[in-house]
Amino acid sequence: MAKTAAQAPAKKAGKTAAKAPAKPKKAASPATPVSTPPAGSVPGPKKVRVHYLTRVEGHGNITVDVEADGTVSTCRWEVPEAPRFFEAMLVGRDYADVHHIVSRICGICAIGHQLASLQATEDALNINVSEQTHLLRRLALHGENLQSHLLHIAYLVLPDLMGVDSILPLAQTHRDVVLKFIAARRVSNEFSRLICGRTTHPQRMVPGGFTMFPTTEELQSVRTMLKETLPNLDFAVDFFATLLDRFPKFERETEYVGLVSPSEYAMYWGEIGSSKDERRPVRQYRNISREYIIPTSTAKWTKNMGESYMVGALARFNLNAEHLMPGAKAAAKKLGLKKGCTNPYMITVAQLVECVHTVEESIQQVEELLARGIREEAPAKPTSLCAGRGAGAVEVPRGILFHFYEYDDNGRIFQADCVIPTNQNHGNIQKDLDALVPQLSGLSEKELELRLSMLVRAYDPCISCSTHCIDARGLDTGARSLVRINRKK
Amino acid sequence: MARKPRIAFFDFAGCEGDQLQIANLEERLLDILGHVEVVSFREVATGHSDDYDVAFVEGSITRPEDEIRLKEIRKNAKILVALGACAAIGGINCLKNFLAENVYREEVYGSSARWFPTYAARPLKSVVKVDAEVPGCPIDPTEFARITKELLLGRTPWIADFPVCVECKQAGNVCRYEMGRMCLGIITRAGCKAACVSQGAHCWGCRGLVPGANLDAARIVMDRPGTSRKAIQDLLRFFLGDTGAAL
Repeated sequence: MAKTAAQAPAKKAGKTAAKAPAKPKKAASPATPVSTPPAGSVPGPKKVRVHYLTRVEGHGNITVDVEADGTVSTCRWEVPEAPRFFEAMLVGRDYADVHHIVSRICGICAIGHQLASLQATEDALNINVSEQTHLLRRLALHGENLQSHLLHIAYLVLPDLMGVDSILPLAQTHRDVVLKFIAARRVSNEFSRLICGRTTHPQRMVPGGFTMFPTTEELQSVRTMLKETLPNLDFAVDFFATLLDRFPKFERETEYVGLVSPSEYAMYWGEIGSSKDERRPVRQYRNISREYIIPTSTAKWTKNMGESYMVGALARFNLNAEHLMPGAKAAAKKLGLKKGCTNPYMITVAQLVECVHTVEESIQQVEELLARGIREEAPAKPTSLCAGRGAGAVEVPRGILFHFYEYDDNGRIFQADCVIPTNQNHGNIQKDLDALVPQLSGLSEKELELRLSMLVRAYDPCISCSTHCIDARGLDTGARSLVRINRKK
Repeated sequence: MARKPRIAFFDFAGCEGDQLQIANLEERLLDILGHVEVVSFREVATGHSDDYDVAFVEGSITRPEDEIRLKEIRKNAKILVALGACAAIGGINCLKNFLAENVYREEVYGSSARWFPTYAARPLKSVVKVDAEVPGCPIDPTEFARITKELLLGRTPWIADFPVCVECKQAGNVCRYEMGRMCLGIITRAGCKAACVSQGAHCWGCRGLVPGANLDAARIVMDRPGTSRKAIQDLLRFFLGDTGAAL
């Protein structure tokens, strides 16, 4: 562990040098200190405030306490995002509107929220949808996961690995890689658009089915595009295989939770699986995502068997790797990712493996749809409205997402609950930070910032999603920073 | 050479889907970036500066502390643009304004509700002067590109001043009222090419009221046999909670 800490400065120096010519106008550090006594000159506690973690969706910060001798004593993960009260806004709403409302929880995983919502509504109101609807919805989920993963890998994480601020300088220095990622991402957006009608807050999916369908020609073009994307992803895999030594070495055992299925790499449905616990049906989601609050924390945390658990690409990989498509298995091998990996920095690598899997499986599903022939079918209606409860769970880019609704006799929401992946990861992020603390002592503020923000960024936290999030510190601190370093005398 | 205009992106309560639409411009984004310098775009880039000419702000104001930050942005920016429905009209966040505050807080946070100071969600224009808006939930990337171009050329950007019905007819859709359904296209600002109606849904009003919208007439049109008052209220509150349209 200590060895890794010692290696970091040397690596960092190289990165800083690379950064200078690319972005001369920007401040060298992503941090914008707003109340920093000049380093070294003023004795006494030191406080550095840095506005918001960048390259994540939503707002979060890490507070670091540093002793006078450079020893890091604590790291805290905090979330000051404005709460939006979606569950309350749903109360009294008609079942036909509900998924359109929850879609607005998150612009990145709007489709995932819609799908979990539709599953819960259909479960509660006994609506049975057709096989074609399931196939189209699976494709919708694939399109969004691919889009989000590529955004995270290329736009949000790659700059850290290359020692730059954003993808823009890379467009000059590593043009071929960037263009391949952009091309793949454009395909993922087009894929989503052709299946759902729009990539963000789509309108086609409704309880019972779809209001519009992709044509045979559109499906054929999706198939062509996806096939053309595979070589681009192979290129990306080969490129990332050369970067593996830049991922920090850090291991921490934790519990991995995600959907599992005996027949497939579960994304669209399944049971709730855990690396340390028995399988459960989705309706028992509350037994696994047990939420709790501790005084020093800022967000609701969840735990199951241990102190925390992880959801997301690495959790899914650790639970279901044997069900990956052949190309994805080969990619995992090239990237050295093995089932049972406990390094959270490798989440990004698991996402890349999932990208390959998603494209391969989508091609298969498009073939199936083409073979069946697209039928224009009216959405299934509930046979008769009566009060009921229902749960839905899908794997969205950042992990398992639960929606649970209770409807009244008029098909209006009586109670709603949404458990968002990022919220389930908050506790795990904190425990990782705790375990990371011994490796951090003696690092400069810049190095601290990078090591910590890379860890949090690996989880791809989508804080705008976290409807439960609590900023327990409230207004008193005006805490609006990412890595805030408190240096004690 | 004159200095390139410096632009910055900010967000308050919202889903950040509008900034995602901008990232989704892909190559066209690179064209725009050739003419401006992005000094702050937290979702995709590290680095920040308070020296900017144009501020694009996404999301609604939902807490007293948000006002302070927004006023700071207003002070720094020559031009402030509201990005998307939450920023321009309050949008979906205003749904909670129809609930008692203690109710919605406890619904979500139970006994810990007292931790979160919030107030009624509101659009940016309730707090500061807004120079231009890019309407919609989500925004239309092409419209964003056009409005940005007009702003950079020093013009006042034009946004459609007629209702969605105009574009809906051009798109060849069957009127939702003919189908016995409800639709807000009659009072909603166009510019989306009737995106939702064309996908089989109806207009939800995400682009805000068209100038001169006749709300009384709209209510008469909507209030027909077989339509409950509750259904009308639901639809009018969906995005238009902060406008005079909501019942």
